[in-house]
Amino acid sequence: MARTVVNMPAQAKRGEIIEIKTLAGHTMETGFRHSERGEAIPRDIITQFVCTYNGVEVFRAELSPAIAANPLITFTTVATESGTLEFKWLGDKGFTAAHSAKLNVV
Amino acid sequence: MKRGVLFTAAAVLVAAAFAGEIPLAERRSGYDFMSRETRAMQDDDATNPGMLWVLEGESLWNRKDGERSCADCHRDAASSMKGVATRYPSVDATGRLLNLEQRINACRVERQKVPALAFEGRELLALTAYVTRPSRGLPIEIKVDEKVRPHLEAGRTAFHRRQGQLNLSCAQCHDERSGIKLAGNTIPQAHPTGYPIYRLEWQGVGSLQRRLRNCYIGVRAEPYAYGSPEFVELELYLMWRARGMKLETPAVRP
Amino acid sequence: MTSRREFLVLACGALSGAAQAQLPPDIGAKRKAAAEEALRKITGGAPLRSGRVKLDIPPLIDNGNAVPLTVTVESPMTQAEHVRAIHVLTERNPQPNVVSAHLGPRAGRASITTRVRLADTQTVTAIAQLSDGSFWVDRVPVVVTLSACLEDGLI
Repeated sequence: MARTVVNMPAQAKRGEIIEIKTLAGHTMETGFRHSERGEAIPRDIITQFVCTYNGVEVFRAELSPAIAANPLITFTTVATESGTLEFKWLGDKGFTAAHSAKLNVV
Repeated sequence: MKRGVLFTAAAVLVAAAFAGEIPLAERRSGYDFMSRETRAMQDDDATNPGMLWVLEGESLWNRKDGERSCADCHRDAASSMKGVATRYPSVDATGRLLNLEQRINACRVERQKVPALAFEGRELLALTAYVTRPSRGLPIEIKVDEKVRPHLEAGRTAFHRRQGQLNLSCAQCHDERSGIKLAGNTIPQAHPTGYPIYRLEWQGVGSLQRRLRNCYIGVRAEPYAYGSPEFVELELYLMWRARGMKLETPAVRP
Repeated sequence: MTSRREFLVLACGALSGAAQAQLPPDIGAKRKAAAEEALRKITGGAPLRSGRVKLDIPPLIDNGNAVPLTVTVESPMTQAEHVRAIHVLTERNPQPNVVSAHLGPRAGRASITTRVRLADTQTVTAIAQLSDGSFWVDRVPVVVTLSACLEDGLI
Protein backbone atom coordinates (compact mmCIF):
# COMPACT_ATOMS: atom_id res chain seq x y z
CA MET A 1 0.00 0.00 0.00
CA ALA A 2 1.34 3.45 -0.84
CA ARG A 3 2.83 5.55 1.90
CA THR A 4 0.63 8.29 3.28
CA VAL A 5 1.12 10.79 6.07
CA VAL A 6 -1.74 12.65 7.70
CA ASN A 7 -1.19 15.39 10.23
CA MET A 8 -4.13 16.63 12.22
CA PRO A 9 -4.88 17.15 15.88
CA ALA A 10 -6.14 14.15 17.85
CA GLN A 11 -8.51 16.32 19.79
CA ALA A 12 -10.48 19.52 19.16
CA LYS A 13 -13.25 21.62 20.66
CA ARG A 14 -16.68 21.35 19.13
CA GLY A 15 -16.99 23.91 16.35
CA GLU A 16 -13.22 24.42 16.11
CA ILE A 17 -11.77 24.53 12.61
CA ILE A 18 -8.90 22.04 12.32
CA GLU A 19 -6.21 22.01 9.67
CA ILE A 20 -5.38 18.68 8.04
CA LYS A 21 -2.12 18.19 6.15
CA THR A 22 -1.81 15.12 3.97
CA LEU A 23 1.06 13.65 1.97
CA ALA A 24 0.89 10.70 -0.42
CA GLY A 25 3.86 8.95 -1.98
CA HIS A 26 3.33 8.97 -5.75
CA THR A 27 5.52 9.99 -8.67
CA MET A 28 2.65 11.74 -10.48
CA GLU A 29 4.01 10.83 -13.91
CA THR A 30 2.65 13.60 -16.11
CA GLY A 31 2.24 11.77 -19.38
CA PHE A 32 4.19 14.54 -21.11
CA ARG A 33 7.65 13.07 -20.65
CA HIS A 34 9.57 10.94 -23.10
CA SER A 35 12.01 8.14 -22.41
CA GLU A 36 15.62 8.19 -23.51
CA ARG A 37 14.52 6.56 -26.75
CA GLY A 38 11.81 9.12 -27.46
CA GLU A 39 8.87 6.98 -26.40
CA ALA A 40 6.09 8.73 -24.52
CA ILE A 41 5.87 7.74 -20.87
CA PRO A 42 2.17 7.22 -20.12
CA ARG A 43 0.37 9.29 -17.51
CA ASP A 44 0.19 7.78 -14.03
CA ILE A 45 -1.19 10.16 -11.44
CA ILE A 46 -3.45 10.37 -8.45
CA THR A 47 -6.67 11.78 -9.87
CA GLN A 48 -8.82 12.17 -6.77
CA PHE A 49 -8.54 12.76 -3.06
CA VAL A 50 -11.55 12.45 -0.76
CA CYS A 51 -11.98 12.99 2.95
CA THR A 52 -15.03 11.66 4.76
CA TYR A 53 -15.92 12.43 8.35
CA ASN A 54 -18.03 9.73 9.97
CA GLY A 55 -19.02 8.68 6.49
CA VAL A 56 -19.93 12.15 5.19
CA GLU A 57 -17.78 13.67 2.47
CA VAL A 58 -16.29 16.92 3.73
CA PHE A 59 -13.60 17.56 1.14
CA ARG A 60 -12.78 16.37 -2.35
CA ALA A 61 -10.05 17.38 -4.77
CA GLU A 62 -9.48 16.50 -8.41
CA LEU A 63 -5.79 16.40 -9.20
CA SER A 64 -4.04 16.81 -12.54
CA PRO A 65 -0.52 16.15 -13.84
CA ALA A 66 0.25 19.69 -12.70
CA ILE A 67 0.24 18.58 -9.08
CA ALA A 68 3.80 17.97 -7.88
CA ALA A 69 5.06 14.49 -7.06
CA ASN A 70 4.27 13.16 -3.60
CA PRO A 71 1.20 15.37 -3.42
CA LEU A 72 0.63 17.57 -0.45
CA ILE A 73 -2.98 18.56 0.17
CA THR A 74 -3.81 20.78 3.13
CA PHE A 75 -7.38 21.69 3.91
CA THR A 76 -9.65 22.43 6.86
CA THR A 77 -12.76 20.97 8.40
CA VAL A 78 -14.99 21.82 11.35
CA ALA A 79 -14.74 19.49 14.37
CA THR A 80 -18.42 18.62 14.64
CA GLU A 81 -18.41 15.37 16.62
CA SER A 82 -16.01 12.64 17.73
CA GLY A 83 -15.36 9.99 15.18
CA THR A 84 -13.19 8.83 12.32
CA LEU A 85 -11.87 10.73 9.35
CA GLU A 86 -11.15 8.54 6.34
CA PHE A 87 -8.82 9.69 3.62
CA LYS A 88 -8.81 8.06 0.20
CA TRP A 89 -6.58 8.61 -2.79
CA LEU A 90 -7.53 7.18 -6.22
CA GLY A 91 -5.56 7.28 -9.41
CA ASP A 92 -4.55 5.84 -12.75
CA LYS A 93 -3.84 2.14 -13.13
CA GLY A 94 -6.21 1.33 -10.29
CA PHE A 95 -4.14 3.17 -7.71
CA THR A 96 -5.68 3.40 -4.27
CA ALA A 97 -4.39 4.49 -0.90
CA ALA A 98 -6.24 5.01 2.34
CA HIS A 99 -5.59 6.40 5.76
CA SER A 100 -7.85 6.87 8.73
CA ALA A 101 -7.52 8.98 11.85
CA LYS A 102 -9.61 9.38 14.95
CA LEU A 103 -10.74 12.77 16.16
CA ASN A 104 -11.92 13.32 19.70
CA VAL A 105 -14.26 16.30 19.94
CA VAL A 106 -14.79 17.80 23.38
CA MET B 1 69.27 18.60 -4.78
CA LYS B 2 67.07 18.90 -7.87
CA ARG B 3 64.63 16.35 -6.46
CA GLY B 4 64.45 18.33 -3.26
CA VAL B 5 63.58 21.50 -5.17
CA LEU B 6 60.97 19.65 -7.21
CA PHE B 7 59.50 18.16 -4.07
CA THR B 8 59.26 21.54 -2.38
CA ALA B 9 57.77 23.09 -5.50
CA ALA B 10 55.19 20.31 -5.66
CA ALA B 11 54.34 20.79 -1.98
CA VAL B 12 53.92 24.54 -2.51
CA LEU B 13 51.70 23.91 -5.53
CA VAL B 14 49.62 21.41 -3.58
CA ALA B 15 49.24 23.87 -0.73
CA ALA B 16 48.34 26.65 -3.14
CA ALA B 17 45.76 24.41 -4.83
CA PHE B 18 43.92 24.03 -1.55
CA ALA B 19 44.21 27.69 -0.62
CA GLY B 20 40.67 28.50 -1.84
CA GLU B 21 38.97 26.40 0.87
CA ILE B 22 36.09 28.12 2.61
CA PRO B 23 37.05 29.23 6.14
CA LEU B 24 35.21 27.18 8.76
CA ALA B 25 33.27 30.15 10.10
CA GLU B 26 32.00 31.11 6.66
CA ARG B 27 30.46 27.76 5.82
CA ARG B 28 26.76 27.87 5.06
CA SER B 29 24.32 25.06 4.45
CA GLY B 30 22.45 24.96 1.15
CA TYR B 31 19.43 25.71 3.32
CA ASP B 32 20.54 29.32 3.59
CA PHE B 33 20.55 29.74 -0.18
CA MET B 34 17.00 28.50 -0.72
CA SER B 35 13.78 30.42 -1.03
CA ARG B 36 11.63 30.90 2.05
CA GLU B 37 9.04 28.48 0.66
CA THR B 38 11.50 25.63 0.09
CA ARG B 39 12.86 26.16 3.60
CA ALA B 40 9.32 25.91 4.96
CA MET B 41 8.92 22.62 3.13
CA GLN B 42 11.94 21.25 4.98
CA ASP B 43 11.08 22.66 8.38
CA ASP B 44 7.58 21.22 8.69
CA ASP B 45 7.57 17.42 9.11
CA ALA B 46 3.91 17.42 8.11
CA THR B 47 4.72 18.80 4.66
CA ASN B 48 8.28 17.55 4.16
CA PRO B 49 7.95 14.94 1.39
CA GLY B 50 11.15 13.28 2.64
CA MET B 51 9.12 12.08 5.62
CA LEU B 52 7.37 9.59 3.32
CA TRP B 53 10.74 7.85 3.01
CA VAL B 54 11.45 8.12 6.73
CA LEU B 55 8.08 6.53 7.38
CA GLU B 56 8.82 3.69 5.00
CA GLY B 57 12.23 3.30 6.62
CA GLU B 58 10.54 2.84 9.95
CA SER B 59 8.54 -0.12 8.72
CA LEU B 60 11.67 -1.59 7.10
CA TRP B 61 13.52 -1.17 10.40
CA ASN B 62 10.87 -3.25 12.12
CA ARG B 63 10.48 -5.82 9.37
CA LYS B 64 12.02 -9.24 9.88
CA ASP B 65 14.51 -9.90 7.10
CA GLY B 66 15.96 -13.35 7.34
CA GLU B 67 15.94 -14.25 11.01
CA ARG B 68 15.71 -10.80 12.48
CA SER B 69 14.84 -7.17 11.95
CA CYS B 70 17.07 -4.16 12.55
CA ALA B 71 14.95 -3.48 15.62
CA ASP B 72 15.75 -6.87 17.11
CA CYS B 73 19.37 -5.80 17.67
CA HIS B 74 19.22 -2.02 17.57
CA ARG B 75 15.89 -1.56 19.34
CA ASP B 76 14.52 1.98 19.13
CA ALA B 77 16.32 3.86 16.36
CA ALA B 78 15.56 7.24 17.89
CA SER B 79 18.07 6.49 20.63
CA SER B 80 20.33 3.76 19.25
CA MET B 81 20.98 5.59 15.98
CA LYS B 82 21.39 9.01 17.53
CA GLY B 83 24.70 10.47 16.36
CA VAL B 84 25.53 7.53 14.11
CA ALA B 85 25.06 9.29 10.78
CA THR B 86 27.32 12.16 11.89
CA ARG B 87 30.30 9.81 11.82
CA TYR B 88 29.96 8.32 8.35
CA PRO B 89 31.77 7.48 6.06
CA SER B 90 34.07 5.64 8.44
CA VAL B 91 36.57 2.79 8.44
CA ASP B 92 35.13 -0.35 10.00
CA ALA B 93 36.85 -3.03 12.06
CA THR B 94 37.97 -4.90 8.95
CA GLY B 95 39.59 -1.78 7.50
CA ARG B 96 36.98 -0.99 4.85
CA LEU B 97 35.86 2.59 4.26
CA LEU B 98 32.07 2.45 4.28
CA ASN B 99 29.38 5.05 3.90
CA LEU B 100 26.12 4.63 5.80
CA GLU B 101 24.37 2.80 2.96
CA GLN B 102 27.24 0.34 2.75
CA ARG B 103 27.25 -0.05 6.54
CA ILE B 104 23.54 -0.92 6.46
CA ASN B 105 24.14 -3.43 3.69
CA ALA B 106 27.09 -4.92 5.57
CA CYS B 107 24.77 -5.48 8.54
CA ARG B 108 22.20 -7.15 6.30
CA VAL B 109 24.70 -9.45 4.62
CA GLU B 110 26.85 -10.30 7.63
CA ARG B 111 24.42 -10.15 10.54
CA GLN B 112 20.96 -10.71 9.09
CA LYS B 113 22.29 -13.04 6.39
CA VAL B 114 20.09 -11.46 3.72
CA PRO B 115 21.07 -9.87 0.40
CA ALA B 116 22.22 -6.29 0.27
CA LEU B 117 19.68 -3.69 -0.86
CA ALA B 118 20.32 -2.07 -4.25
CA PHE B 119 22.00 1.33 -4.19
CA GLU B 120 19.55 4.13 -4.90
CA GLY B 121 16.63 1.75 -4.58
CA ARG B 122 13.67 2.99 -2.57
CA GLU B 123 14.21 0.57 0.31
CA LEU B 124 17.85 1.47 0.94
CA LEU B 125 17.06 5.18 0.67
CA ALA B 126 14.16 4.81 3.09
CA LEU B 127 16.19 2.83 5.60
CA THR B 128 19.13 5.23 5.35
CA ALA B 129 16.82 8.21 5.82
CA TYR B 130 15.26 6.56 8.86
CA VAL B 131 18.67 5.74 10.35
CA THR B 132 19.94 9.28 9.73
CA ARG B 133 16.87 11.09 11.05
CA PRO B 134 17.75 10.68 14.74
CA SER B 135 20.92 12.67 14.06
CA ARG B 136 19.00 15.71 12.83
CA GLY B 137 20.36 18.80 14.53
CA LEU B 138 23.61 17.10 15.55
CA PRO B 139 27.00 18.29 14.29
CA ILE B 140 28.93 16.23 11.74
CA GLU B 141 31.91 14.57 13.48
CA ILE B 142 34.34 12.82 11.17
CA LYS B 143 37.27 11.44 13.18
CA VAL B 144 40.55 11.39 11.30
CA ASP B 145 43.12 8.74 12.29
CA GLU B 146 45.86 6.98 10.31
CA LYS B 147 43.33 4.59 8.79
CA VAL B 148 41.06 7.40 7.61
CA ARG B 149 43.72 9.89 6.53
CA PRO B 150 44.74 8.30 3.19
CA HIS B 151 41.06 8.12 2.15
CA LEU B 152 40.50 11.69 3.21
CA GLU B 153 43.49 12.88 1.17
CA ALA B 154 42.25 10.93 -1.84
CA GLY B 155 38.85 12.59 -1.47
CA ARG B 156 40.42 16.02 -1.09
CA THR B 157 42.51 15.52 -4.22
CA ALA B 158 39.42 14.42 -6.14
CA PHE B 159 37.57 17.55 -4.99
CA HIS B 160 40.33 19.74 -6.40
CA ARG B 161 40.90 17.85 -9.60
CA ARG B 162 39.68 19.33 -12.87
CA GLN B 163 37.64 16.83 -14.83
CA GLY B 164 35.19 16.33 -17.63
CA GLN B 165 34.76 18.10 -20.92
CA LEU B 166 34.13 21.32 -19.05
CA ASN B 167 37.39 20.76 -17.20
CA LEU B 168 36.07 21.99 -13.89
CA SER B 169 36.89 20.88 -10.37
CA CYS B 170 34.39 20.76 -7.52
CA ALA B 171 36.48 23.40 -5.75
CA GLN B 172 36.21 25.90 -8.58
CA CYS B 173 32.44 26.15 -8.19
CA HIS B 174 31.84 25.20 -4.60
CA ASP B 175 34.87 26.66 -2.83
CA GLU B 176 35.79 29.62 -4.99
CA ARG B 177 32.45 30.64 -6.50
CA SER B 178 29.78 29.64 -4.03
CA GLY B 179 27.22 32.35 -3.48
CA ILE B 180 27.27 33.66 -7.03
CA LYS B 181 24.68 32.77 -9.64
CA LEU B 182 24.89 30.11 -12.31
CA ALA B 183 21.96 30.01 -14.73
CA GLY B 184 19.70 31.84 -12.31
CA ASN B 185 20.51 29.70 -9.28
CA THR B 186 22.93 30.40 -6.47
CA ILE B 187 25.91 28.03 -6.36
CA PRO B 188 25.84 26.35 -2.93
CA GLN B 189 28.93 25.45 -0.94
CA ALA B 190 28.05 21.77 -1.35
CA HIS B 191 27.91 20.55 2.24
CA PRO B 192 26.15 17.18 2.52
CA THR B 193 24.12 18.13 5.58
CA GLY B 194 20.78 16.77 4.46
CA TYR B 195 21.25 13.38 2.86
CA PRO B 196 19.33 11.29 1.91
CA ILE B 197 17.75 14.39 0.49
CA TYR B 198 14.45 15.28 -1.16
CA ARG B 199 15.39 17.18 -4.25
CA LEU B 200 12.64 19.03 -6.11
CA GLU B 201 14.61 18.37 -9.29
CA TRP B 202 14.31 14.62 -8.66
CA GLN B 203 10.83 14.81 -7.17
CA GLY B 204 12.02 12.16 -4.79
CA VAL B 205 14.68 11.27 -2.26
CA GLY B 206 18.21 10.47 -3.39
CA SER B 207 21.63 9.81 -1.96
CA LEU B 208 24.73 11.96 -1.92
CA GLN B 209 26.20 9.72 -4.59
CA ARG B 210 23.29 10.43 -6.87
CA ARG B 211 23.98 14.12 -6.43
CA LEU B 212 27.67 13.57 -7.11
CA ARG B 213 26.82 11.69 -10.28
CA ASN B 214 24.71 14.68 -11.35
CA CYS B 215 27.72 16.91 -10.75
CA TYR B 216 29.96 14.66 -12.81
CA ILE B 217 27.42 14.63 -15.63
CA GLY B 218 27.16 18.40 -15.18
CA VAL B 219 30.81 18.87 -16.05
CA ARG B 220 30.48 16.16 -18.70
CA ALA B 221 32.69 13.67 -16.94
CA GLU B 222 32.02 9.95 -16.83
CA PRO B 223 30.45 9.38 -13.40
CA TYR B 224 31.65 6.55 -11.17
CA ALA B 225 29.27 3.69 -10.44
CA TYR B 226 27.25 3.75 -7.22
CA GLY B 227 29.27 2.38 -4.35
CA SER B 228 32.61 2.94 -6.00
CA PRO B 229 35.48 3.69 -3.62
CA GLU B 230 36.22 6.98 -5.38
CA PHE B 231 32.75 8.25 -4.45
CA VAL B 232 32.99 7.06 -0.87
CA GLU B 233 36.31 8.89 -0.50
CA LEU B 234 34.76 12.04 -1.95
CA GLU B 235 31.81 11.64 0.45
CA LEU B 236 34.30 11.33 3.31
CA TYR B 237 36.07 14.52 2.27
CA LEU B 238 32.78 16.40 1.87
CA MET B 239 31.57 15.32 5.30
CA TRP B 240 34.91 16.24 6.85
CA ARG B 241 34.78 19.60 5.05
CA ALA B 242 31.36 20.10 6.65
CA ARG B 243 32.53 19.01 10.14
CA GLY B 244 30.68 20.80 12.89
CA MET B 245 27.73 21.66 10.66
CA LYS B 246 24.40 20.25 11.72
CA LEU B 247 22.64 17.44 9.91
CA GLU B 248 19.24 18.35 8.46
CA THR B 249 18.05 15.00 7.13
CA PRO B 250 15.63 14.68 5.46
CA ALA B 251 16.44 18.03 3.88
CA VAL B 252 14.69 19.57 0.88
CA ARG B 253 16.62 21.25 -1.90
CA PRO B 254 15.61 22.69 -5.31
CA MET C 1 21.96 3.00 -16.91
CA THR C 2 22.89 4.65 -20.26
CA SER C 3 25.81 3.40 -22.31
CA ARG C 4 28.13 5.93 -23.88
CA ARG C 5 26.66 5.18 -27.31
CA GLU C 6 23.13 5.74 -26.05
CA PHE C 7 24.24 8.99 -24.46
CA LEU C 8 25.63 10.24 -27.78
CA VAL C 9 22.48 9.23 -29.64
CA LEU C 10 20.37 10.99 -27.10
CA ALA C 11 22.52 14.09 -27.18
CA CYS C 12 22.43 14.31 -30.97
CA GLY C 13 18.75 13.45 -30.98
CA ALA C 14 18.05 16.20 -28.49
CA LEU C 15 19.84 18.69 -30.72
CA SER C 16 17.92 17.68 -33.82
CA GLY C 17 14.70 17.34 -31.88
CA ALA C 18 14.30 13.75 -33.03
CA ALA C 19 14.41 12.25 -29.55
CA GLN C 20 11.56 14.46 -28.31
CA ALA C 21 8.18 15.14 -29.86
CA GLN C 22 8.58 18.48 -31.61
CA LEU C 23 6.33 21.25 -30.36
CA PRO C 24 4.39 23.25 -32.99
CA PRO C 25 5.52 26.87 -33.40
CA ASP C 26 2.17 28.24 -32.17
CA ILE C 27 2.26 26.22 -28.95
CA GLY C 28 1.97 29.34 -26.80
CA ALA C 29 -1.27 30.38 -28.45
CA LYS C 30 -2.61 26.81 -28.33
CA ARG C 31 -2.01 26.48 -24.61
CA LYS C 32 -3.52 29.86 -23.89
CA ALA C 33 -6.62 28.85 -25.86
CA ALA C 34 -6.81 25.60 -23.90
CA ALA C 35 -6.64 27.62 -20.66
CA GLU C 36 -9.46 29.85 -21.80
CA GLU C 37 -11.53 26.80 -22.75
CA ALA C 38 -10.90 25.26 -19.33
CA LEU C 39 -12.01 28.50 -17.72
CA ARG C 40 -15.18 28.54 -19.80
CA LYS C 41 -15.94 24.98 -18.72
CA ILE C 42 -15.76 26.03 -15.10
CA THR C 43 -17.76 29.26 -15.31
CA GLY C 44 -20.13 28.36 -18.14
CA GLY C 45 -19.50 31.85 -19.45
CA ALA C 46 -20.51 33.59 -16.20
CA PRO C 47 -18.56 36.80 -15.48
CA LEU C 48 -15.40 36.66 -13.38
CA ARG C 49 -15.18 39.17 -10.54
CA SER C 50 -11.97 40.33 -8.90
CA GLY C 51 -11.64 40.07 -5.16
CA ARG C 52 -12.46 37.72 -2.28
CA VAL C 53 -10.12 35.02 -3.55
CA LYS C 54 -6.41 35.22 -2.88
CA LEU C 55 -3.76 33.12 -4.59
CA ASP C 56 -0.56 32.85 -2.56
CA ILE C 57 2.35 31.70 -4.67
CA PRO C 58 5.98 32.83 -4.56
CA PRO C 59 6.77 35.35 -7.31
CA LEU C 60 10.20 33.83 -7.93
CA ILE C 61 10.54 30.08 -7.88
CA ASP C 62 13.54 27.86 -7.08
CA ASN C 63 12.34 24.94 -9.12
CA GLY C 64 9.16 24.59 -11.11
CA ASN C 65 8.77 20.98 -10.01
CA ALA C 66 7.18 21.71 -6.66
CA VAL C 67 5.77 25.18 -6.14
CA PRO C 68 3.79 25.70 -2.93
CA LEU C 69 0.43 27.34 -3.58
CA THR C 70 -2.36 28.38 -1.25
CA VAL C 71 -5.78 29.67 -2.22
CA THR C 72 -7.98 31.32 0.40
CA VAL C 73 -11.43 32.81 -0.10
CA GLU C 74 -13.20 35.29 2.14
CA SER C 75 -16.43 33.57 3.04
CA PRO C 76 -18.46 32.90 6.20
CA MET C 77 -18.73 29.27 5.06
CA THR C 78 -22.29 28.93 6.31
CA GLN C 79 -24.97 26.83 4.66
CA ALA C 80 -26.41 30.02 3.18
CA GLU C 81 -23.15 31.48 1.96
CA HIS C 82 -20.09 29.38 1.25
CA VAL C 83 -17.47 28.43 -1.30
CA ARG C 84 -18.50 25.47 -3.41
CA ALA C 85 -15.22 24.98 -5.22
CA ILE C 86 -11.76 26.36 -5.80
CA HIS C 87 -10.11 25.87 -9.19
CA VAL C 88 -6.55 26.62 -10.27
CA LEU C 89 -5.47 27.01 -13.89
CA THR C 90 -2.25 27.76 -15.75
CA GLU C 91 -1.72 29.16 -19.24
CA ARG C 92 1.66 27.71 -20.19
CA ASN C 93 1.62 24.15 -18.81
CA PRO C 94 1.00 21.33 -21.31
CA GLN C 95 -2.57 21.16 -20.02
CA PRO C 96 -4.33 23.99 -18.16
CA ASN C 97 -5.97 22.32 -15.16
CA VAL C 98 -4.09 22.20 -11.89
CA VAL C 99 -6.54 21.31 -9.15
CA SER C 100 -10.24 21.56 -8.36
CA ALA C 101 -11.21 21.39 -4.71
CA HIS C 102 -14.79 20.88 -3.62
CA LEU C 103 -15.59 22.38 -0.26
CA GLY C 104 -18.80 23.33 1.53
CA PRO C 105 -19.91 24.66 4.91
CA ARG C 106 -18.16 21.81 6.73
CA ALA C 107 -14.79 23.21 5.70
CA GLY C 108 -15.10 26.02 8.19
CA ARG C 109 -12.62 28.03 6.20
CA ALA C 110 -12.14 28.21 2.44
CA SER C 111 -8.46 27.44 2.14
CA ILE C 112 -6.39 24.84 0.34
CA THR C 113 -2.65 24.36 0.04
CA THR C 114 -0.80 22.12 -2.35
CA ARG C 115 2.37 21.99 -4.45
CA VAL C 116 2.17 22.39 -8.20
CA ARG C 117 4.32 22.07 -11.28
CA LEU C 118 4.90 25.11 -13.40
CA ALA C 119 6.45 24.52 -16.79
CA ASP C 120 7.45 28.09 -17.42
CA THR C 121 7.26 31.68 -16.28
CA GLN C 122 3.53 32.45 -16.53
CA THR C 123 0.36 33.69 -14.86
CA VAL C 124 -1.45 31.33 -12.52
CA THR C 125 -5.20 31.78 -12.07
CA ALA C 126 -7.34 30.85 -9.05
CA ILE C 127 -11.12 30.80 -9.33
CA ALA C 128 -13.58 30.57 -6.46
CA GLN C 129 -17.07 29.28 -7.17
CA LEU C 130 -19.53 30.49 -4.55
CA SER C 131 -22.82 29.01 -3.43
CA ASP C 132 -24.71 31.95 -4.96
CA GLY C 133 -23.36 31.00 -8.38
CA SER C 134 -20.83 33.83 -8.61
CA PHE C 135 -17.21 33.37 -9.71
CA TRP C 136 -14.27 35.30 -8.29
CA VAL C 137 -10.74 35.34 -9.67
CA ASP C 138 -7.17 36.13 -8.69
CA ARG C 139 -4.27 36.01 -11.15
CA VAL C 140 -0.61 36.02 -10.13
CA PRO C 141 2.38 36.18 -12.49
CA VAL C 142 5.34 34.01 -11.46
CA VAL C 143 8.92 33.67 -12.66
CA VAL C 144 10.21 30.11 -12.79
CA THR C 145 13.91 29.27 -12.77
CA LEU C 146 15.50 25.85 -12.84
CA SER C 147 18.47 24.20 -11.22
CA ALA C 148 21.69 24.93 -13.05
CA CYS C 149 22.92 21.37 -13.51
CA LEU C 150 20.05 19.27 -14.81
CA GLU C 151 20.17 15.52 -14.57
CA ASP C 152 18.69 15.18 -18.07
CA GLY C 153 17.44 11.68 -17.29
CA LEU C 154 20.96 10.28 -17.19
CA ILE C 155 20.86 9.05 -13.63
